[in-house]
Amino acid sequence: MNLSLSITKNIHDWLFSMMPETVASLTEMTLIATVYLAVFAVTGLFLVLLERKVAAWFQLRLGPNRVGPWGLLQTMADALKLVSKELTGTVNADKFLYNLAPYFVIITALMALAVLPFSGEFQAFDINIGIFFLIAISSIGVIGILLAGWSSNNKFALIGAMRSGVQTISYELSVGLSLLTVILITGTLQLSEIVEVQRNGWLIVQGHIPAMFAFMIYMISGTAETNRAPFDLVEAESELGAGFHTEYSGMKFAYFFLAEFINMFIIASIATTIFFGAWLSPFGITESLPWLGVFWFLGKTLVLVFLMMWFRWTFPRLRIDQLLTLEWKYLLPLNLMNIVLMAIIVWLNLTIQF
Amino acid sequence: MSYFSDIYNGIKTLLTGMSVTGKYFLHSQKGAITQQYPDNRDTLKMFERFRGEVVMPHDENNEHRCTGCQKCELACPNGTIEIIWDRQVDPETGKKKKMIEKHIYHLGMCTMCGLCVEACPTDAIKWAQNYENSVYDRTTLTRVLNKPGSKLMAGVED
Repeated sequence: MNLSLSITKNIHDWLFSMMPETVASLTEMTLIATVYLAVFAVTGLFLVLLERKVAAWFQLRLGPNRVGPWGLLQTMADALKLVSKELTGTVNADKFLYNLAPYFVIITALMALAVLPFSGEFQAFDINIGIFFLIAISSIGVIGILLAGWSSNNKFALIGAMRSGVQTISYELSVGLSLLTVILITGTLQLSEIVEVQRNGWLIVQGHIPAMFAFMIYMISGTAETNRAPFDLVEAESELGAGFHTEYSGMKFAYFFLAEFINMFIIASIATTIFFGAWLSPFGITESLPWLGVFWFLGKTLVLVFLMMWFRWTFPRLRIDQLLTLEWKYLLPLNLMNIVLMAIIVWLNLTIQF
Repeated sequence: MSYFSDIYNGIKTLLTGMSVTGKYFLHSQKGAITQQYPDNRDTLKMFERFRGEVVMPHDENNEHRCTGCQKCELACPNGTIEIIWDRQVDPETGKKKKMIEKHIYHLGMCTMCGLCVEACPTDAIKWAQNYENSVYDRTTLTRVLNKPGSKLMAGVED
């Protein structure tokens, strides 16, 4: 009956019957890590292709359509090309930090994936401070960007990295506060329990008006967090060349590129988990088939990813002062008001429950 | 209170922008402007105002409209056009008259500015819409626009 559960359980039992406990759990961790790495390398490649296709359709173009059927193998070919390329670097770069930076970015992106509840059973690490962990981890990635910009010994890269620092520090507040608004309803930070709360209606429905505001603020600041247009001052091509990754080539560049898309996926996944009931089907229509949860989760996430792509290909890039005005004069005060409103609604029991 | 109306207007204009691009997205399949060039070179037609190269149209009697006034040669900023002309006896009137022997056009020097076409008082030269202008030998870029044995169309000079 429960396909995913039985497979993982069988492997789990088989491993523990074969080896001593410590070795078995280490092997299991390695296996899970490998599966996550493989799945998300593929997801990253798929998202790059999706981005290019969606961009093309927004601009009345066709997009990649030569490699494979409908261009589906385009990003695979790009990845192969990047693997085969030379890793160049500047002479006066700080070699150690320069080589370390891409791994910072990609590892934080992958760490955040561990706590996401893809379905009832498919969650690697159900920690009781789930959301706190996600917010903390997702802002560590900026250290990688700062390191990359600093160690490249390139002024454009440094300016890009500093902008990234400014942007992430500012918008981290909004991300945290907008998620906090919703935590007022759930009363827990553990992601699996947040999903259980949403059996009575997704949180965006339960929290109605303030939850809608929180969702809008979250999507805006989440887009800023991933350094995507309209907040892509970090790699503003017309001003900074390629920003913080100007001096990177080959696979090191690909790590930055992949991390950006996995971050986008993570931001959309958090929104799915918090606001749209994660793997829960609407009105419980597939309640009897729990393994369908993965598809519900990915479906909702892809819709939100599409929304972020829609932003990207519609809005022009903000200036740095506009970026900071938007955060400190608009999003932050509104967010604080929104928390008060949500607190009143929860206090007076005005949430919508099915 | 302009704070809240600013927010309202901001969101409204952002949504307007998103609806515009959303419409493009929905119509992208049939409205795509991409030309998949080497695949469709048989059917690909350039639009009317495209400047491929300067040509001199001839009618079915092998007659053109060029009087040899050299205004195009003077108008050209980079010496693309050379006109070789001669005074010959007009067989109808018996008088000596300026006639072109060769209207030479160096495509390799042409910047497609269109001043010659504008300068021509008799509309003898115009733009062609061909776009595959690359050649292996640059001498082939020098073209004689009037066909051999062609002459001036009657009534152009009147």
